[in-house]
Amino acid sequence: MTLKALWHGLFGTWYNAFLSLAVIWLLAVWLPPMFHWAILDAKIAPDPAACRASFGACWGFITEKHRLILFGAYPFDQHWRPLIASMLFVVLLATSCNPRFWHTSLALGWMLGLTVIFVLMHGGALGLSVVESAMWGGLPLTLILAVFGLALAFPIAVLLALGRRSHLPIIRALCVTFIELVRGVPLISLLFMASVMVPLFLPEGITVAKLVRAEIGLIIFAAAYSAESVRGGLQALNRGQEEAADALGLSYFHKTWYIVLPQALRIAIPSITNNFISTFKDTSLVVIIGMFDLLGALKAGLNDAQWRSFYAEGYLFVAAIYFVFTFSMSKYSQYLERDIARTAPKPS
Amino acid sequence: MAFWNDRRTRGYLYQIAALGGVVLVGGILVSNTLDNLARQNIATGFGFLDREAGFGISEHLVDYSPADTYLRALCIGLLNTFRISAAGIVLCSLIGIVVGFARLAPNILVARLASVYVEITRNIPVLLQLFFWYAVVIQAFPPPAAAWEPITGVFLSNRGIAIPWPGLGAPVFEGFNFRGGAVLSPELSALLIGLSIYTSGFVAETVRGGILSVPKGQLEAARAVGLTRFQVLRFVTMPLALRAIVPPTTNQYLNLTKNSALAVAIGYPDFVSVANTTINQTGQAIEGVALIMAAYLTISLVISALMNWFNRHVALVGERS
Repeated sequence: MTLKALWHGLFGTWYNAFLSLAVIWLLAVWLPPMFHWAILDAKIAPDPAACRASFGACWGFITEKHRLILFGAYPFDQHWRPLIASMLFVVLLATSCNPRFWHTSLALGWMLGLTVIFVLMHGGALGLSVVESAMWGGLPLTLILAVFGLALAFPIAVLLALGRRSHLPIIRALCVTFIELVRGVPLISLLFMASVMVPLFLPEGITVAKLVRAEIGLIIFAAAYSAESVRGGLQALNRGQEEAADALGLSYFHKTWYIVLPQALRIAIPSITNNFISTFKDTSLVVIIGMFDLLGALKAGLNDAQWRSFYAEGYLFVAAIYFVFTFSMSKYSQYLERDIARTAPKPS
Repeated sequence: MAFWNDRRTRGYLYQIAALGGVVLVGGILVSNTLDNLARQNIATGFGFLDREAGFGISEHLVDYSPADTYLRALCIGLLNTFRISAAGIVLCSLIGIVVGFARLAPNILVARLASVYVEITRNIPVLLQLFFWYAVVIQAFPPPAAAWEPITGVFLSNRGIAIPWPGLGAPVFEGFNFRGGAVLSPELSALLIGLSIYTSGFVAETVRGGILSVPKGQLEAARAVGLTRFQVLRFVTMPLALRAIVPPTTNQYLNLTKNSALAVAIGYPDFVSVANTTINQTGQAIEGVALIMAAYLTISLVISALMNWFNRHVALVGERS
């Protein structure tokens, strides 16, 4: 953009100039005190007394509690394990973003990666001590809930979406009922259901870890929403593709596996990425059923009476972590949408 | 051709298998559940609704005391859900429309500021935002005696927000608290602020998308026949844009209503919160969850019906059905 266009955009007409001045005035009033608070007057040392004496932000709360916020109740001397697990997650997610790697080997990579993550977190092999899932917390727990949740929900979602478009009335009715029932209720009610009803469903003597119960609730929820994304992809697919497959005499399975799904899923990827962003944000709801994910661990840190008044710093820190993940994923999904629109074969 | 290769026979077989699978799994779960309930001495059924609730509810629009029944307690919770949803829908629409238009403003500063607002509100979990606003209301707002008055008659304090309300007059500080007007508790205030701000980001995007969806030729034609900028907006852009805005906005309203269930996390007694207390006290988990699902499905259907009616109202004449 040229300077002239910029000038015109800001001061081209009298009301534009007025708006610009108003915004500049607001920024001039708000930004310097914010800057002072967040940086100049801020205290980094973990000393609540010094923080209370200062007008600035108390990043000392983060200095003191960052290990608790990031890794929850995981044994302190073992924190390298959740740290490596989190980094593995980031590597896996980043790799999956590049369409060049969209092959079967990527699925194998994910299986391998998730296995390594599980072994790292849980231990009990390779000389690692066992850490029960009740002790897991912080960022790795958030990532585990979101990634495992969507990964396990995805196959169910594909089946539900295919079932919803099936010609067989009973199968269609079952799928529609499931999808609409789940989409109609709040996630928190599913999490309550998973945490109080799963124990009732199981025969006597069998118990399931809280993490698994929460994951079941998340999977049910993510499956219903992703099913609608996949259905969008199926509907956007040119009908001629299916008709051609039928004309060649392919069976339903072959037609779906080789012709329909590869194309429909490609169309559905941006929408599924958005589902992942929602699932990632929604994992924070496990706080309510008493788990210590990123948000839950922060709440635990804020329960410390001498740090309680520095909630703004804590929430900003955790919000920034969530934001880095969700914002980059949403930018990526927008890029994909444009990319797919550009490279998609034109309907004839 | 053997009969098992026939398409229709196979179709029937698949359906019988699917139905059989669902019935089988359902049957196992039900029988396990009945065993477990019998062992814990919990009677099934909705008989518990007539029993005395025995717990207090901090906010009730109609009379309630712990001596009332569970049924009445749940109704109080439902009314609270209606209250927060309705208020949230109004507020998020107002903010969303302003921000949506601001994102399209020719002024770069305004547009940038609006898009920063949208990205921040949409990308941070709603529960985190709720906790944050609750902490702000409780800890950062001044005591009632020194309440902030950003607009005449509206008071912000750590006891919540006091606003003028038709029939109740304007709030006045007297003794230790506000009298007159409508006073929103700290929980309700935080919930209202948090839900409205979170949802407004999404509403802003649908408003922006709707306005962008209006074909450029329509606007050029309107300008060419000599309509003023305001007339173009009123008679061409809005009627066309509304058709694209209403359906996704309906989804956002439904999301807000469902997210209002997060009230349970900050202690506002909405339906889910009351139902959860009921489940914990009576052990009637299945009935409680069934009630929650029934309530939300009903609310979803009502909102969808209202918005469909509105959508038919704004649809082009030729597209009305």
